[in-house]
Amino acid sequence: MSAQPVAVAPVPRGALSRRVGRRALDWLPAVIVLILVLVIWQESIAIFDIKRFLAPKPTAIAGNFWDNRSELLRAGWFTFQEALGGWAIGCGLGILVALVLARWRRLGRALQPYAIAASAIPIIAFAPITNAWFGPFGKTSKMAIAAVLCFFPVFVNTVRGLTSVRPSSIELMRSYAAGELDIFRRVRFPTALPFIFTALKIGTVLSMIGAIVGEYFGGSFTALGVLISSKTSTFDFEEAWAGIGVACAFGIAFYLAVAALERVALRGAPSTED
Amino acid sequence: MSVQPNVGKSVVEIQGLTKRFERGDVVALQDIDLAIEPGEFISLIGPSGCGKSTLLRIIGDLIEPTSGTVTVNGKPAPRARADHDYGIVFQDSVLFDWRTVAKNVSLPLEMLGWERARRKARVDEMLALVELQGFGDHHPWQLSGGMQMRVAIARALALEPALLLMDEPFGALDEMTRERLNMELLGIWDASKSTVVFVTHSIAEAVFLSTRTVVMSARPGRIANVIEIDLPYPRTSSTREDPHYFELVTRVREALHLGSDLDAVAP
Amino acid sequence: MRRVAVTVGSAVLVLAVLVGAWELYRWIWISTGWTWPFLVDDTSMPHVHTIVEALFKQPTAGVGDILIVQLFHASLFTAKEAAVGFVLGASLGFALGVVMSQWRIMQRGLLPYVVASQTVPILAVAPIVVVYLGSLHVAAWFSVSVIAAYLTFFPVAINTLRGLLSTDRRAVELMRAFAAGRWTILWKLRVPAALPYIFAALKISATACIVGAIIGEAPSSIQDGLGGYIVNFNQYYTLNPQNLWATNLIAALVGISFFLLVVLAEKLVVRRAPEYVA
Repeated sequence: MSAQPVAVAPVPRGALSRRVGRRALDWLPAVIVLILVLVIWQESIAIFDIKRFLAPKPTAIAGNFWDNRSELLRAGWFTFQEALGGWAIGCGLGILVALVLARWRRLGRALQPYAIAASAIPIIAFAPITNAWFGPFGKTSKMAIAAVLCFFPVFVNTVRGLTSVRPSSIELMRSYAAGELDIFRRVRFPTALPFIFTALKIGTVLSMIGAIVGEYFGGSFTALGVLISSKTSTFDFEEAWAGIGVACAFGIAFYLAVAALERVALRGAPSTED
Repeated sequence: MSVQPNVGKSVVEIQGLTKRFERGDVVALQDIDLAIEPGEFISLIGPSGCGKSTLLRIIGDLIEPTSGTVTVNGKPAPRARADHDYGIVFQDSVLFDWRTVAKNVSLPLEMLGWERARRKARVDEMLALVELQGFGDHHPWQLSGGMQMRVAIARALALEPALLLMDEPFGALDEMTRERLNMELLGIWDASKSTVVFVTHSIAEAVFLSTRTVVMSARPGRIANVIEIDLPYPRTSSTREDPHYFELVTRVREALHLGSDLDAVAP
Repeated sequence: MRRVAVTVGSAVLVLAVLVGAWELYRWIWISTGWTWPFLVDDTSMPHVHTIVEALFKQPTAGVGDILIVQLFHASLFTAKEAAVGFVLGASLGFALGVVMSQWRIMQRGLLPYVVASQTVPILAVAPIVVVYLGSLHVAAWFSVSVIAAYLTFFPVAINTLRGLLSTDRRAVELMRAFAAGRWTILWKLRVPAALPYIFAALKISATACIVGAIIGEAPSSIQDGLGGYIVNFNQYYTLNPQNLWATNLIAALVGISFFLLVVLAEKLVVRRAPEYVA
């Protein structure tokens, strides 16, 4: 018998179905929590006599959603478009500026403290101003706020990713007489990708927040934020909560979509989240 | 000064130890029998993947054996760990960046609830033992690799354990620092009167340091040979030029080669 | 001494460049009459000096203090709400992070909701929070703190979790060799090792709590804080655009100050090896 070494890394065993089954099982605690919360919510309204406007029964909310689903979904889609547009613009600009500043390192280092300071500004205070610039009823004003909100996390994270390359990797590439563009394509950008995706995910949530807050300061009646506030002011709480639910759903779906994109783009590499 | 282990009994007694990983597919260790007497300096040497680090961790109850028994200081390995009967040093010094050198050494003392004055006394003693007195207020990143390793040794000995486990502690250091630390380690071993189990890749280091060298074979890990190192102590740089030293190095090397080929012959 | 001069000097330079860029943009767009991305005139982009002057005028002629004094009081009011919210949110976030890191099942059960919580449009929920807590005789400003805490806890929870889970495996093994139990490992190893992550989150939270406070004040009809002033000046924007801009300027300063406080705290608390950046 020859001295063949045993394989060092064992091949993952198990049929595909078993692996999928295990992943589905991972979600079980979350599902249980959801069911528990809904049940407690439903029951405590009766038990504690909680006023209707604080928290209508989940069943009442669900019923209202079903009745008004087309209006609600259309409004949700309108607001989502604002968020999506702002997200795309903000993230795109963030990555672009980060690329520029990573290339011209001196300039980047000089501007860094100011970029950090700028990220500490409560952008949301500028929502009324974008309304004044772009008109409150179009999508553009909300996209602008969403874009500015997304810009900073994406910019900061991209810079961090681009500069967190190990010096030895750069040295290796230079030993292959690789040019700056090559180094960027083969080393810096792939290194930065996990950081970028983390920021893109954060951006999905921020862009929805930006869109809805922007709508608060003035927006079209076909927008979700406006819908929710108007239903609240007319004491139509079931529909207001249904609207809130729709906003959550769009936000979560947006986040999950980008997370799925991340898994495809980063096949094999660990996510920077958890 | 040191904790007296069970007099007359072995410090470490391993019988029939087998360790499998990955649901039985990978046999890391097979039928290991080893007895280590108090005051010995045992080197574990073998090719990559022979299980020597795994064996060390099983002695330290950081990995569970699949079958067989491990007795440390007369107790089952888990109890020995709970009773702090051993100290361990890894290839990476694993010092905490946010603590000073002194606070790193006092970590085990804090965990046992020693009061401040007693801790300070022991830490000073330990730093003197590894010749780092005066560096207590430094931070780990301000020290060289060799100095960091000495801090790790000081920490491992802080509770004066009967047994010191070392997993290639000098592997990441340059040759000259290595040789110097070898000598210092022998001095520390002599002063603390502990028993040492020392995993290494280096034949020269194994022969220079130990009283007995255990040669292991490639996976599945078995003990291929145990070679008595009957060089006198204290060992110095002249020991490295002793003809008997070279003889022993050759014997260990041959045992290693034989160990790698063992699988070719044995079923 | 020289370093201070350089820092101050470069800050002044950057400020001058920004002001210059503003005025230049303004001048070019007004001269050419371009309307993309938006129409530029005295209303949409007041002169910088108009904005600064507005700070030293009374917003309502003949009534009350000059704007900067009013905004100063408003800033203190909002800062108080934000600070309380910061403490509440950071503590909750930290606790959640610890719980989720110690028990896998808690992580699986709670993490999705921690993430999803930020998709709830806080502006819509804010009035409800305010009235509910009001019915429990809680001061209105505290309700705003609750809203600020809501935006604060998320980054802290996520980063605490990440920091606690990314402890060096070898250090954990070392602690186990010392027979350290789960909680000893947590407090003596994981938490100190996670401090850089936690402070990264606290820096984000510093801004988030201000944002939360401003957003919370708006629908709650709280007049005394910056949010109230923003809502107010928004209504009269076309008449006096410079007031809204001035308020935003002050809000920006408040945000930056909070941030710098956290940076200072970080320098004092976190002592690590200097990072090497390629």
